[in-house]
Amino acid sequence: MKFKTFAAFVGPSVFMMILFIALPLISVFIQSFQITQPVMQNLEVETCTPGFLTQTCVTELKTVPVIGEDGKTVTTTEWTGLQSYRNVLQMDKVWEAVSAGRLGDILQIDFWKALRFTLMFTLVTLPLVIGVGLLIALTVNNAAKALRGPVIFVSLLPFIITPVIGSLSIYWLFVGDGILTAMMESWSGTNISMFAQAWTIELLMYFYRVWHVAPFAFVIFYAGLQTVNMDTLESAIIDGANRWERLRHVIIPHLMPLIVFIALIHLMDCYRVFDEIIGFRSQAHVISLQWLTVDFLTPDDAGNRAISRAAASAMLTMIGIVFLLIWPLRRTWKDHKGGAH
Amino acid sequence: MMLKKLALAGAVSLMGTGAYAACAFENTVEIKSLSAGFEAWKAVTDAMSECGNVQAELDQEFRTKQPAAFEANPSLYHIGGVSNGTVTPLLNAGTIRPLDDLVAKYGGHLQPNQLIKIDGKIMAVAMMVNTQHLMYREDILSDLGIATPTTWDEVYAAAAKIKEAGVAEVPLGATMKSGWNLAQEMVNMLPGHGGKFFNDDNTPAVNSDEGMAALATLKAALEFTDPEVLVSDSTYVQQQFQQGKIAMANLWASRAGAMNDEAESQVVGKVKMAAAPMAVAGGAPATTLWWDGIVIAKNITDEEADAAFRVAMEGLDEEMVKANNDAAIWLVKGYVPGPLAEGAIATATANPPAPAYPSTTRMGLMHTALGNELPAFLTGDRDAAATLVAIEEAYITAAKEAGVLE
Repeated sequence: MKFKTFAAFVGPSVFMMILFIALPLISVFIQSFQITQPVMQNLEVETCTPGFLTQTCVTELKTVPVIGEDGKTVTTTEWTGLQSYRNVLQMDKVWEAVSAGRLGDILQIDFWKALRFTLMFTLVTLPLVIGVGLLIALTVNNAAKALRGPVIFVSLLPFIITPVIGSLSIYWLFVGDGILTAMMESWSGTNISMFAQAWTIELLMYFYRVWHVAPFAFVIFYAGLQTVNMDTLESAIIDGANRWERLRHVIIPHLMPLIVFIALIHLMDCYRVFDEIIGFRSQAHVISLQWLTVDFLTPDDAGNRAISRAAASAMLTMIGIVFLLIWPLRRTWKDHKGGAH
Repeated sequence: MMLKKLALAGAVSLMGTGAYAACAFENTVEIKSLSAGFEAWKAVTDAMSECGNVQAELDQEFRTKQPAAFEANPSLYHIGGVSNGTVTPLLNAGTIRPLDDLVAKYGGHLQPNQLIKIDGKIMAVAMMVNTQHLMYREDILSDLGIATPTTWDEVYAAAAKIKEAGVAEVPLGATMKSGWNLAQEMVNMLPGHGGKFFNDDNTPAVNSDEGMAALATLKAALEFTDPEVLVSDSTYVQQQFQQGKIAMANLWASRAGAMNDEAESQVVGKVKMAAAPMAVAGGAPATTLWWDGIVIAKNITDEEADAAFRVAMEGLDEEMVKANNDAAIWLVKGYVPGPLAEGAIATATANPPAPAYPSTTRMGLMHTALGNELPAFLTGDRDAAATLVAIEEAYITAAKEAGVLE
């Protein structure tokens, strides 16, 4: 392709990526080393608020932002180095816990608590998604032609549902005396509360994510199965390979690039787990890194946002994703180079 | 664009119903308002719309939209619906105007306690009060011969009896969803025990004997609450109440009306309201008073402000209150308190009275710190002393970042 044609095709997309991905990323990177805060002053303020029939007035010292001549609050921006990262990571407490031998204490720090769950969530669901996806694909591939359409349709349904709605549905099915909890209670005869302790919530989250994402893996694998070399497969049968050996030595090696691809996408998506936390209201028991960033950004009633810590937390999340992606990316790169020879 | 059109169409159709019918004047200036979306606001904005050219946006996410929308010049809304919690960022940014002139001109019918004065200037006009107070199943308590509890110790004693008798699935309901709701419970309990959140220099003062007592009172509830209490917010508790599962709860007055809603509730007429329980006998009720009301944006012309205020006054008139008497505990003239309002009024007029929610910049930071650090205590991951230390540390980090602490 001529360079000019190439540029004309790629240009708009590169422009958009710079505008909407690279520039915000740079800005977040810079903000994670800065603190912008309003200039505060202490004022004696008399506030009168209604009771039911009367009013109560209190005079108290309030710390309020200074408003400049242009009618906007006066702010200062300072470079603070790694302070925001220190505030998020709280390494001093981590070392304290390590030297005291109480490793469990580390998990009471928000960031580490979130990291523990995020990593576990990502790594536990990954093999499950690939396994379940492959299983559905093989089943559909071996199903009678007449059944395939309906089976594909039904297996794709979970993937179409908006993540927040999906997690809310699961929440409603299980919370309190939700239909499924009530059913489990009548089977077991004991009172079950799925949202009262961390491990049941986590279990539901793993279940939900696998249920939701497995169809994606299924679609990709199903497409891959259509391209398996029939000659190789037939010669394997002639050589006496059973079903499992055919899967192990012919089909999986053939699908390997797709498995790596799904792993890549899944790691990226899963590390940013957020919908489950909101949908299941699990903040008391389980939080994720992405939720932590959003929590820093959410203004409280007085309008404060912890933007610097949010920026630091976002950068740390990105670093985490990069680490996770090294393996699948190297693998893809090797395959790519191998293919060129 | 589509959404905007839809919203516009909605507003126009709202105006269409009985437009100009009940309004004392015909409004010719286009007025927009942004407020929360609960029943009382619906009543007020409907009444405002009768004057014509009013676009009312009712949005439960108003608290995140309002500060930025009012900071624009010209402001995106003329009228803002606020509570004493959400007015703080507007006051801090100076984006709402003093209303003294307008009140003098058009506010003759307002009650003196409706005028929210900050440093002598009227900054908002309140329309209703809200508070968390004790709601209980009168039938259950009288069957068991339990007098209406007035302190938290009595509440727990009553809950123990109810649990023993096994007459309610959940003896005590609580809005302890981690985050804002749970933090609010501590905001009730700590001052209730005589403690305070801050020293004069904005440093935290939570780590105190009162703090320990407040945490102990909070945790004592867990014996009687739903095991999933850390995910239950006001709506969830309200529904459990309506389904007859809960015997008592310290719940928002704005939820009282739902108990007698025959379409939803199975306990119509059985729920009574009483003052919020005290943390210590003889103290103030362990709760906070809230108000909801209107503010007028600063970044609009005086002419628009004039029209906006007149429209707002039409929304807050006697006629509206008479038509919607039970939608809220109104401060507006013409309100006849019904049995549902008894608890809130008892709370507000108690001696000593419950304090107003202390909405300030530092309190916003403290509220977040409480909401994030308290769950670990209630799940048992952390003991009380360590929790208080953690709350203070979280607050200090946030306060330094926000410029409240050096």
